[in-house]
Amino acid sequence: MFGTNLLANFEEVVAVILFGIGFSTLLLHRNLIKKIIGLNIMDTAVYLFLASMGYIEGRLSPILQNGATGQEAYINPIPSGLVLTGIVVSVSVTAMMLALTIRLYQRYHTLNLDEIYMFAQREK
Amino acid sequence: MDFIRNFPFFSIMLAMLSAIITSVLPKKAARILNGCAISVCILLNAAVLWLTLVTGESFTYTMGHFPAPWGNELRAGALEALMATVFSGVLLLSVAGGAGHIDLDIEESRVNLYYVMIDLIEGAMLAMLYTNDIFTGYVFIEIMTIASCGILMIRQIGRTTLAAVRYMIMSLLGSGLFLIGVVLLYDMTGHLLMEYMHESIAALARSGQYTLPLTIAVGLITMGLCIKCGLFPFHFWMPDTYGYSTPASSAILSGLVSKLYILMLIKVYYRVVGAEFIAASKILNVLFVFGLCAIIVGSVSAIRENDIRRMTAFSSAAQIGYIFVGIGLGTTAGMAASMFHIITHAVTKPLLFISASGLSDVSGGSKKFRDLQESGLRNRAAGLGFSVGSLSMVGLPVFAGFVSKILFASASVLNPHKMLPTLIVLAVSTVLNAVYFLRTVIRIYRPAEKRDGEPVYTERLAVRDQRAFVLCLTVFAAMNLLLGLWSTPVTAILTAGLNMFS
Repeated sequence: MFGTNLLANFEEVVAVILFGIGFSTLLLHRNLIKKIIGLNIMDTAVYLFLASMGYIEGRLSPILQNGATGQEAYINPIPSGLVLTGIVVSVSVTAMMLALTIRLYQRYHTLNLDEIYMFAQREK
Repeated sequence: MDFIRNFPFFSIMLAMLSAIITSVLPKKAARILNGCAISVCILLNAAVLWLTLVTGESFTYTMGHFPAPWGNELRAGALEALMATVFSGVLLLSVAGGAGHIDLDIEESRVNLYYVMIDLIEGAMLAMLYTNDIFTGYVFIEIMTIASCGILMIRQIGRTTLAAVRYMIMSLLGSGLFLIGVVLLYDMTGHLLMEYMHESIAALARSGQYTLPLTIAVGLITMGLCIKCGLFPFHFWMPDTYGYSTPASSAILSGLVSKLYILMLIKVYYRVVGAEFIAASKILNVLFVFGLCAIIVGSVSAIRENDIRRMTAFSSAAQIGYIFVGIGLGTTAGMAASMFHIITHAVTKPLLFISASGLSDVSGGSKKFRDLQESGLRNRAAGLGFSVGSLSMVGLPVFAGFVSKILFASASVLNPHKMLPTLIVLAVSTVLNAVYFLRTVIRIYRPAEKRDGEPVYTERLAVRDQRAFVLCLTVFAAMNLLLGLWSTPVTAILTAGLNMFS
């Protein structure tokens, strides 16, 4: 019972595991670049979850195809829309984090957040 | 009258459009346009507040041509409109009061970008307050995060860049958790508009299905938003974030931005999930306990600081605790007390941050207490402003802080199980607040010891900025007094707003 549930919701299980990996990397890793990678893994996991929820076996992508107009012919388009919105958001925050990382690296010549913190405290 | 229903949408679009235009304007024009845009937003939202109070009910506004279950909606009630009006006013005043330091702290060529960020914050703030679609809420939470990180990192010294990175990391953890929580809720309900989600969740709760996944989704959203607003134990990014940025940024981040996440959380609780499920899930008790801890830990950390800005930042952590204690009481009276405290804190904390910057200015730019001695006499306006803010935070009668403490205490009496801890912590925290705030007030008026090579203190602000600074402090202090002396109309609006909220 438990096992079949896990198998039936294979994508969701993978998505949640990936979310955990990304979350803990973003939270715990000291290296700034790896933190950003963690952030991307975390966001991608959510998109995988959404995409797999919106997908219906055997249906077409939600673009008018072969003259089929009934809603039975297509998968649910809203999760795909949400994924697109989410990708835009995550691209912008990634760009922002990378810009901040470049600025810190130019100033302190390291990517290790603990070392940067140490240097910054010594500054004043 | 019907035309006023467009105003929430107009004010969001106005803020967004002025952000786009501001990005190509020179510094001075950017400042003027920003001031005009926010002033117009205040008027528009005040009109919305008037409309909701006259009709006595909230209204929904359909965006685009798709009807309810599919399209996007705004929903405005008295609570949202009051918060939007007050927050826009505080934003305008904080920027006006901090404008001199904005010019000092930021490179000449980038000052207009600061005003772009302020416009974005205004737009995101209004959108978060008014939206009735949870995914739109998520998108504007992210816009808010990016804009608030922008106003932090624009001051280019090492400490602020580092603080911006840490703030960004914590915010992103929070928004990640919020996003997965929203996606789980969407997965279970199939809707994104709040009313429809609420109907589905109520049906699920009645049938007893999916109780555990629902609890987990609500827990994830709660944790995400608590990280973002800095509830204990996630408050450790606060002192760095509020301590080194330009004063206007500290004022906006602590006074407004963190409050919006709390309001979003309340929206999720009472409009999406529903009061019955929240009460049954006992999640409010957890928030209550963490709120109590936040009050004590924030105050004790503030006592241990010897830097005026960092001390004020830790005090913010304690005030967030008060707000969550009110929410955690789980009654309408508790919620009204929290809402009142949100307004109190929004008009007090910017006053403290901005007057603290005035005190540092006449002490050679130092923020350490030993250098600040006598600074209240060197810059009388800043000294008075800081004293008013401190007394209000301690909870002296006449000031706004007193009314919110009274409201918390009287709300706690209605909840027999939580009465004793609330009252004890309120009493203890008043003493702790008095210790660190009054100590600071005494210190800024104490004559400085004579030292060799007495430094020459010069005023750093231009005369025009100085006038704006004094005006801003006066208005904030007056708002504090008004809230303290005539709190009844505000609490009446808040109660009406809470009644039409869910």
